[in-house]
Amino acid sequence: MPAGTLYRGREGMWSWVAHRVTGVLIFFFLFVHVLDTALVRVSPEAYDDVVATYKTPLVALLEYGLVAAILFHALNGLRVIAVDFWSKGTRYQKQMLWTVMGIWIVLMAGALYPVLGHAVREVFGS
Amino acid sequence: MSETTTSTVGPVEGESLYDVDHPAPVIEAPRARTKKTPKSTRTNFELYGWLFMRLSGIVLVVLVLGHLLIQLVLDGGVSKIGFAFVAGRWASPFWQTWDLLMLWLAMLHGANGLRTVINDYAERPNTRFWLKNLLYTATVFTVLLGTLVIFTFDPNIR
Repeated sequence: MPAGTLYRGREGMWSWVAHRVTGVLIFFFLFVHVLDTALVRVSPEAYDDVVATYKTPLVALLEYGLVAAILFHALNGLRVIAVDFWSKGTRYQKQMLWTVMGIWIVLMAGALYPVLGHAVREVFGS
Repeated sequence: MSETTTSTVGPVEGESLYDVDHPAPVIEAPRARTKKTPKSTRTNFELYGWLFMRLSGIVLVVLVLGHLLIQLVLDGGVSKIGFAFVAGRWASPFWQTWDLLMLWLAMLHGANGLRTVINDYAERPNTRFWLKNLLYTATVFTVLLGTLVIFTFDPNIR
């Protein structure tokens, strides 16, 4: 196999890959989430039992991952719209991706305490 | 090239066989539509799908990020969620509408996204057919279940 024929992609391709992966993950969670919410039609106890698992430290970590996926998909989705509809969108697609990642890091830092604070207190005691 | 004569035949080929009184036979265009041509099945579905992803995406950014803020960040985060919290929010038509719109847009947005992914990676026609069947069945089921739950929610179930 000749060397150097594999296209390893640039910002555009990797953001496209990340958009797909996060989209599929969010969609699968959405199925589960509608099903667990439907338990309010069964009984308050059934619903509260399942929601209790959402409050465990391990699932809190998954929630932080869910927030990460949703924030990236939302911000990068706005970038995709800008690329499609803004006349200079393609020219600034890289700058827009770095803007997306900057906002993403800030929001993820902001979500750290609200989403994971209770899990940290439970694991390490307070 | 630009002779004064309108004849299609050059002088070396001799006299033209056709003139105004003896016109040349009409040659059918290769792809001309006839009575036997099947009716076109092409639509603008993919265009509307593409547009829907962008329009619903903008609305979902507001609806979903607002939802995350309320459920996971404000007022104690996930710890406060329970049947009583749901009952309190769904007492208001505003939050019922919010959740209903979010359910429908998110499910259709996600289903169309996964349809694209299936079309891209499932190469065998049979696999595509069954994967998309499964996707559409699960989507219809989930949308209807969620809608039913929002409309029939009873805070005094017990």
